[in-house]
Amino acid sequence: MQRIPILNASGCLDALTAPGVAQQLDTFVTKTVTPLPREGNPPPRIAETEAGMLNSIGLQNPGIEAFVADHLPRLEELGVPVWVSVGGFSAQDYADVCARIDGCDTVAAVELNLSCPNVEEAPETAAELVAAARGVTGKPLYAKLSPASWDPAETARAVAAAGADGLSLVNTIRGLSLDPGTLRPTLARGPGGYSGPALGPIAAACIYACATAVELPVVGMGGVASGRDALTLLAAGASAIALGTILFSDPRAPGRIRRELASEAAALGYESPAAIFGQARQVAGRAEP
Amino acid sequence: MTQARAERAAGSGLVLAGRPAAREHLRVVGVEQIGAYTLLRLERGELEPGVPGQFFMLEAPGRVLPRPMSLCQAPPGELAFLIDPIGPGTRALCALEPGAAIHVLGPLGNGFDLGVERPLLVAGGIGVAPMPYLSETLGGPPALLGFRSDRHAEAARLLPSAEVVVEPRLVTELLPEDPGGVLACGPTPMLEAVAALAPQAQLAWEAPMACGYGACYGCVVEIDGRYRRLCVDGPILSGCAGKD
Repeated sequence: MQRIPILNASGCLDALTAPGVAQQLDTFVTKTVTPLPREGNPPPRIAETEAGMLNSIGLQNPGIEAFVADHLPRLEELGVPVWVSVGGFSAQDYADVCARIDGCDTVAAVELNLSCPNVEEAPETAAELVAAARGVTGKPLYAKLSPASWDPAETARAVAAAGADGLSLVNTIRGLSLDPGTLRPTLARGPGGYSGPALGPIAAACIYACATAVELPVVGMGGVASGRDALTLLAAGASAIALGTILFSDPRAPGRIRRELASEAAALGYESPAAIFGQARQVAGRAEP
Repeated sequence: MTQARAERAAGSGLVLAGRPAAREHLRVVGVEQIGAYTLLRLERGELEPGVPGQFFMLEAPGRVLPRPMSLCQAPPGELAFLIDPIGPGTRALCALEPGAAIHVLGPLGNGFDLGVERPLLVAGGIGVAPMPYLSETLGGPPALLGFRSDRHAEAARLLPSAEVVVEPRLVTELLPEDPGGVLACGPTPMLEAVAALAPQAQLAWEAPMACGYGACYGCVVEIDGRYRRLCVDGPILSGCAGKD
């Protein structure tokens, strides 16, 4: 492992409206696709907070059929590997979408969104949803988990046993902001997914716990806005980095963070950013998994 | 030409929602108090001023997200933005001092359609912001401005030929029976009132916006029963587009 792949966090970039941003990435991850089209949640959908932002988009997407027919061919033109984020409201939904894209050569991997804080959740466990997807596709499956669990390592072990090939850590965590004048929720739907700088240490803890528990590659995300932030998640156990909220303010962030990561790693005496992988566990004296 | 090829052809810039844009670190060259508002003047760098009604995302110092601002004036070598300090981001922008520098991304969004006959500019409150640049581009058409107080109405000096009212009078009271091609910007109730009187009016809408280039899906408005991103399909919408 030499180059640290930099991806976008699902739902934080539309490659078709910003192709030049997507082309700075090593892999583009789509906004979550569900079996049927979804209009998403009513506005207001976003709110800034002191140390991050809340969103409640609600999985707005064209549905899997329009995605395959209309979006996927245009994404292929970008020349960037594509992961498809898959969501749903039951194990059958996940299986249906995964089965539909299993034959699409453009799709390099599937990320299972098992943790959207803004829609009703499927009744099955994360492991059951992974198993349902595993049964219908041979594509690499990344399980995107919530940081809200008390014991994310337990979930990591369960999805690994169910056939996940990797973990995407972490999704947003539920938060609430109130209008300063009316004291009513700022977002139309009440709470939203909290992201940005405040999520960084939460992501690091989750990655640290999961990377110790399972031997799966981890795409680390949560509050990464600089090369130093990326380096922290690598040291915690991630082997790739995804950018979310920072893309909203800096569409040049992928290239900038890649450069910063290289110089930060060199300044610490590492021959490459890849050599930082898992350093936190060694420093803490914990055994490798 | 595909967007991807257009992007490569654009060199250091970006193509966002099919339109050329760029992001630069721009120095503040002037900060002027104009009544209740602040005119923030930035060096232009390599950014294009764009079409009146387009907007820029301005880094708000100390905040997580940038703020969308339509261009107010485009003097040579400068971009000027009129800002109403209503929250932490706009207050941080108004507190900038000459010599400081902020990141600016733009121009973004669609801008006004300038090919209208008998243009009439109509603005309420901070909706006056895009009007000076729009007026200059259109050669000084008639303009109607409404403000909530005399202090806010001091911003009318940015558009000296405009007819001005202050609450309790409303700007829509000034609209003639046959208003011509209305180009309007202001608070939602004003825009809805304008649309009711002039269904073909071009209206500049506002929405909370994290990115300004179609990435976050935060700024959607309902158009013909669908949620559309205001930063991609707007911010200028036809009065009969059926928003909300």
